[in-house]
Amino acid sequence: MNAFVDPVGMAGHSGLTKGEVLLRVDNVSLSFGGVKAITNISFDILKGEVRAIIGPNGAGKTSMLNVINGFYHPQEGTITWRGQVRRKMRPYEAASHGIARTFQNVALFKGMTTLDNIMTGRGLKMNKNFFWQCLHWGPALNEEIEHRRKVEEIIDFLEIQAIRKTPVGRLPYGLQKRVELARALAMEPELLLLDEPMAGMNLEEKEDMSRFILDVNQQFGTTIALIEHDMGVVMDLSDRVVVLDYGRKIADGPPEEVQSNQDVIDAYLGVPH
Amino acid sequence: MDMLYNILIDPFVQMVDAPDFLIQVVWEGFVAGVLYALIALGFVLIYKASGVFNFAQGIMVVFAGLSLVGLHEKGVPAWLALILAIGIMAILAVCIEKFVMRPLVGQPDIILLMATIGMTYFLIGLGEVIFGGEPKQMITSELGLPTGSTAFEMGERGLVILQHIDIAAAVIALLMVGGLAVFFNRTRIGRALRAVADDHTAALSVGISLNQIWAIVWFAAGIVALATGIMWGARSDVSFALEIVALKALPVLILGGFTSIPGAIIGGLIIGIGEKIGEIYWGSLVGGGIESWLAYVIALIFLLFRPQGLFGEKIIERI
Repeated sequence: MNAFVDPVGMAGHSGLTKGEVLLRVDNVSLSFGGVKAITNISFDILKGEVRAIIGPNGAGKTSMLNVINGFYHPQEGTITWRGQVRRKMRPYEAASHGIARTFQNVALFKGMTTLDNIMTGRGLKMNKNFFWQCLHWGPALNEEIEHRRKVEEIIDFLEIQAIRKTPVGRLPYGLQKRVELARALAMEPELLLLDEPMAGMNLEEKEDMSRFILDVNQQFGTTIALIEHDMGVVMDLSDRVVVLDYGRKIADGPPEEVQSNQDVIDAYLGVPH
Repeated sequence: MDMLYNILIDPFVQMVDAPDFLIQVVWEGFVAGVLYALIALGFVLIYKASGVFNFAQGIMVVFAGLSLVGLHEKGVPAWLALILAIGIMAILAVCIEKFVMRPLVGQPDIILLMATIGMTYFLIGLGEVIFGGEPKQMITSELGLPTGSTAFEMGERGLVILQHIDIAAAVIALLMVGGLAVFFNRTRIGRALRAVADDHTAALSVGISLNQIWAIVWFAAGIVALATGIMWGARSDVSFALEIVALKALPVLILGGFTSIPGAIIGGLIIGIGEKIGEIYWGSLVGGGIESWLAYVIALIFLLFRPQGLFGEKIIERI
């Protein structure tokens, strides 16, 4: 597994050390027409931590992730990435800046095999001459082999060897989620955004996924921000939790502190506003 | 009884009686099929990368052909005109991406289809303004394409005549298909193209720029259109009527599958050869002219049994 952790890869493309602020969101508001999805939210994500974003349905959690990786552009507020205020950024630019993500409803390339899906995650790192790629020879072949090796390591790591050549459209849901995680990992991201990585899974699958997430965090030092509804999972995995409700932040802190916060309990139990 | 004899037996008797004529017919069908396949190839490219049936492919063929001939008429040497025509297709691709595709990201496919229909009429207008509406002669010999023909003697059984331009068309089509297959399956950009075709959001999230991919794929379709324009133009004229011929690609696509490059070729050949043989040997039974609709009937029959086409990706839907 050591070969996977390369100095320019997972561990530190920004040179930040563990515990420094990797991403900060300041007073961000986002609305669609008259509907306010996010109102004046601020929080930060520290290098190397697992940060959970929780809240009832419609609280603005996914919108928040979409803002972070550039699918949405907030009307107000700033996003500071690696210490620099980020201008309007498109999703593919966010990807090249080391932000990878998975989606609530699995977004895979259904007609392609598991292997090809994961290889797309390496696309940004492949830069050999187009001409050589067409010939499938020379430097491009070496490059392809080198990336394929990385991909095989990820496949081993996530224990999906058996489905390497299967078109992902045929896989059961739990495995699709795992392939999606594999594709995100292939990008060797500095920040990994997981949108409900365990939705629709059974207990065993959840345990597997939790283990993978913790391993990614600990072995590769990848910073993780995740949205999850299973409170047991959230409390076990995360270092800090931010709680949203109706697009506002109502709590932020370590899991046990958030758990006993009266506002959070009210939000989940539905006290009239 | 006579009727059945005419349908089931007589045509085959004719085929055996005059094998040279049969070979000639099959060859003509083969060449027409290659040309259909070339057009279908342009459709497949766009469909693979954006899930859109590009209605404008036909007019792109005309536009590319007209640009080439038009530039030559203005006194540009043929080789330079060819390079400039490629350049024009590149500019067209970038414009289509910037002004049509980009504003419509994430819209339903039907809207993109409507946009390509709009593009068709825009290009017809633009083409007529710049190059005029009259048919033009393709500059075949100026481009260095062969024009003669070779006759093959078949002993005392007669002879078969092959036009050199037809042979050139087949070779060029073959090269293009090979090149595109390599491009799609082996290269990083090819993989990105397939990814974009599958899921826009996911493609963006792994760092693929939709804009770049679309410009590339429209350019590739433009190159295919130029090759098609040259080959079709060499056989008839370069005129706006070609745009209608391009719709012959539809049955080809249904047969071969919208997503398959080899499918476009095989489909093209089946349609080309099928309609020629049908016309010559069975056409007279219904008063001729079946060439214009036989292709659609063949496609319809295929639709009943294999809706995804011969080589199309199987539609897998989990419920």
